[in-house]
Amino acid sequence: MATYPRNLQYTREHEWARIENDVIRVGITAYAVEQLGDVTLVDMPAPGEDVQAHERFGDIESVKTVSELFAPVSGEVVEVNADLESSPELVNENPYEEGWLVIIRPSDQAELEGLMDAAKYEEYLGTLDG
Amino acid sequence: MPIQYEGIKKEHEAVRTRAGLFDVSHMGEILVEGPQAVAAIDRLVTNDVSKLATGKALYTVCCNEQGYILDDLIVYRLEDEKILVVCNASNRDKIVGHFAKNLSLGTPWNDVSDAWALLALQGPNAVAVMKDLGAPTSLLELPYFSVTRTSVAGVDLWAARTGYTGEDGFELFCGSEDAVTVWRALLEAGQAHGLQPVGLGARDTLRLEARLMLYGNDITEETHPLEAGLGWVVKFGAGDFVGRDALRAIKAAGLERKLVGFEMVGRGIARHGYPIVARGEAVGEVTSGSPGPTVGRNIGLGYVPLALAKVGTALGIEIRGKVVDAVVVRTPFYKR
Repeated sequence: MATYPRNLQYTREHEWARIENDVIRVGITAYAVEQLGDVTLVDMPAPGEDVQAHERFGDIESVKTVSELFAPVSGEVVEVNADLESSPELVNENPYEEGWLVIIRPSDQAELEGLMDAAKYEEYLGTLDG
Repeated sequence: MPIQYEGIKKEHEAVRTRAGLFDVSHMGEILVEGPQAVAAIDRLVTNDVSKLATGKALYTVCCNEQGYILDDLIVYRLEDEKILVVCNASNRDKIVGHFAKNLSLGTPWNDVSDAWALLALQGPNAVAVMKDLGAPTSLLELPYFSVTRTSVAGVDLWAARTGYTGEDGFELFCGSEDAVTVWRALLEAGQAHGLQPVGLGARDTLRLEARLMLYGNDITEETHPLEAGLGWVVKFGAGDFVGRDALRAIKAAGLERKLVGFEMVGRGIARHGYPIVARGEAVGEVTSGSPGPTVGRNIGLGYVPLALAKVGTALGIEIRGKVVDAVVVRTPFYKR
């Protein structure tokens, strides 16, 4: 199994979150990328919109399928990765850097406590089929 | 057959620009033999098998009495009195049952689906790969939709110039026990030609770009060949066939809807089952939709009322509650 970056937090829906001062940057994990295959379109909220923790905030499409994106925490979207509009394949190429999705300003810092660290996420993946 | 080996886009591109190898052994194969074989099959399919020369193949559909599509098939005349019918894996039991019911006792037939494997070598480099394997000129120069008995990698098999990708290529029918030998030999000879194993995902995007039908999506028992754009395989003037009277009546009454190709104008990907809307009203459903890796646009097929079937007609595709603009375009989306 791949090892996951130690500096990130993870959700059961296979998003990662990186705390950057008072905002968090969000993307999908290598596991999610592997499941999706070639990403062809990412549909995300506009900056200024609010998202709710563990609720759908957008969709990500690969050649074969559509998956929902879930917010790791509640808050306001402050930025979306505009590069993905013309180059959705960045998600495949580097899901933790150029392939990030959105930056959220959390409304409740306590929600961050509910995320998994890399070791816990890897353990969680071990419980999934395939 | 896996969804993908190394990625749908990569595999798709390999077939369009180099070569791809598919293990499509799941397809159904039925052998029909004897002096009545041609006439017997001719009665079960809409196309004219009576004019099919030995060594040639044709595409057809097989309809029920109501003229609706039970399956689409390729019929190969292997020998004067030996016909091979290739059907979709998901329809194998249905077609075998239909044949069993309709073929007379004097026409021996055999479902060889389990005993036979089917490997498809597709792409512009397919001939070069075969050449490196020492294939005879008769195979290298085999015309489109033809079939011949030959030997590949020391294995005797039936090789046809057919496929499901919109590219040049071969389909190889061999005994299941020989499939690994042939697969490995093709992979090895293909290395120098950029050959790549290809999964179901790219098989679907390749066939969609070429507007080849997917049974269960674009054609079903609720669709008939005339509205599916398959009128060219319905030969009313040839002998009688199951569904002919019904299809004549449908034709006389006039079509209500038609399968059209469309491409997305707005940002979005149409998928199977999404509603097609026009002026705020649902007018049809997407039967196939996905990104078209070679054409570089998001494309799809769907049935719309005749009045909306003209190239250039604006349509909307409802994608998760949001209507996204699309337009009817000429098909196939891709032509080599």
